[in-house]
Amino acid sequence: MKFLVTVKRVTDFEAKVKLKADKSGVETSGVNMIVNPFDEIAVEEALRQKDKTGGGEVVVVAIGTADSTAQIRSALAMGADRGILVKHDGALDSNGVARLLQKVVEKEKPDVVFMGKQAIDDDSAQEGQLLAEVLGWGQATFANSVTLEGGKATVIREADGGLETVACELPCIITADLRLNEPRYASLPGIMKAKKKPLDELTPDALGVKLESRVVVKGFEEPAQKKAGQKVADVAALVDKLKNEAKAI
Amino acid sequence: MATHLIVVEHQSGKLNKATLSAFAAAAKVGGDMHALVLGQGVGDIAKAVAPYAKKVHVGEHAGLKDRLAQPYAKCIADVAGSLGATHVWAAASSAGKDVLPRVAARLDAAMASDICAVIDEKTFKRPMWAGNVIGTVELATAKKVITVRPTEFSAPAAGAPGEIGAVSVDPGASKMSFVKFDAVVSDRPALADARVIVAAGRGVKGPEGIKGVLEPLADALGAAIGASRAVCDAGWAPNDWQIGQTGKVVAPELYFAVGLSGAIQHVAGMKGSKCIVAINKDPEAPIFQVADYGLVGDLFKVVPELTEAIKKAKG
Repeated sequence: MKFLVTVKRVTDFEAKVKLKADKSGVETSGVNMIVNPFDEIAVEEALRQKDKTGGGEVVVVAIGTADSTAQIRSALAMGADRGILVKHDGALDSNGVARLLQKVVEKEKPDVVFMGKQAIDDDSAQEGQLLAEVLGWGQATFANSVTLEGGKATVIREADGGLETVACELPCIITADLRLNEPRYASLPGIMKAKKKPLDELTPDALGVKLESRVVVKGFEEPAQKKAGQKVADVAALVDKLKNEAKAI
Repeated sequence: MATHLIVVEHQSGKLNKATLSAFAAAAKVGGDMHALVLGQGVGDIAKAVAPYAKKVHVGEHAGLKDRLAQPYAKCIADVAGSLGATHVWAAASSAGKDVLPRVAARLDAAMASDICAVIDEKTFKRPMWAGNVIGTVELATAKKVITVRPTEFSAPAAGAPGEIGAVSVDPGASKMSFVKFDAVVSDRPALADARVIVAAGRGVKGPEGIKGVLEPLADALGAAIGASRAVCDAGWAPNDWQIGQTGKVVAPELYFAVGLSGAIQHVAGMKGSKCIVAINKDPEAPIFQVADYGLVGDLFKVVPELTEAIKKAKG
């Protein structure tokens, strides 16, 4: 089977998030950049499903500047077969991403597109659903386990209140939740091989997509800080505070 | 003037109260309030939301028995189109997150996810980077789709019940089918509705720690139980219990973080709680920075004591 996986370059989840001095965005200089962790899970799932379903191809796509090549190479080092970078500099909203990915999908014709359920920078969690709708495909978001069999994907999804199982005809979109798998570490030979794997570049123009900004970011601010709390000496003091000060019990 | 369509979420014949936050957010924009209830045999749900809407549209169809993103999105977008809705709203629950982006794509509308404030009819604030940054976004399309963080908007006051009427819906051809739903069965309140939450971190050391130490505290308080990602990943608690950036966002009156270090990803899901108590043996644990009351100590000793003291205090 053929799998397409999307990867986004994001700030390291372990790095402290700080706004730039002029508040125009989040500081990225000197900050480690990684593959969005949910996308890494998506890459891992594509690699496992390729093995389970008897081979095929895993194609990794990223949208961004040449910097995003590093994230594509990380996925190639894990074992993906080739990469595509859609070159774009500047703001891009989820609708723009979906329209670019739609063209890539129409060109590549994968059986399944694996994506992360959300990017840990903007936390929108829209992309898989948008792409599924523009393609007219079925979707299984927040995937906890995936079985590809008989021309369909049977997916257990993490939902409020429990686990839901849905079936989607192929091709379909599957977005990875945290517990779908544990991504492998790239091996040294994997990293060496990744350098030689094909990486094509495309542009919005070449894909015939005219981008317009429909979600305009007007500004960023830091959230209100909670005022410092207090340490209490023992259980009796805690219960007293909860009862008489906070009036919470 | 704005025309709002609020997508009403329900599960097992009951209204999901998170939906009321969407009514509250839409009310801040002002305009006509319409509600849409999709499903089968959903008359009672329509009645439950009638006090918040001018009109409740009930779309019943055999193809909508189970909530699936593709047919639901089509029906929502069709109704929004025929109403001339300017704004389509839902709670940012797992169902809202699943369905609403597809509605946005169908309506060619820009979308804002998980908003925490309404500035005006096109401008909203939303948490990003695990709540470390609040972004202000403007939706530049004529139609707008928004999901609302339930903890940031209290339920609006009930008014005179609006009119309830049937609307014809066509789910169309779908590439998806429902197989089953395995509910997490619990006698405790749901995390989203709980007044008190007791949350377990890695410090509980295993499912026995939750059962033996946290459950009695939760029983004494009538609390829901939540967990950090590490606890869910380890399989000590159901995934549905996870609180944080990628799990549930909660804001109860009282939150106990027990044996929980307080990674920013967890704090993102609970820092809106009114009163936070942290119990941890590590005095340097980051959770103490967000706690109103911190108690440094061994949870296996402190929590049973606390449980007894609370029982006594509550008489």
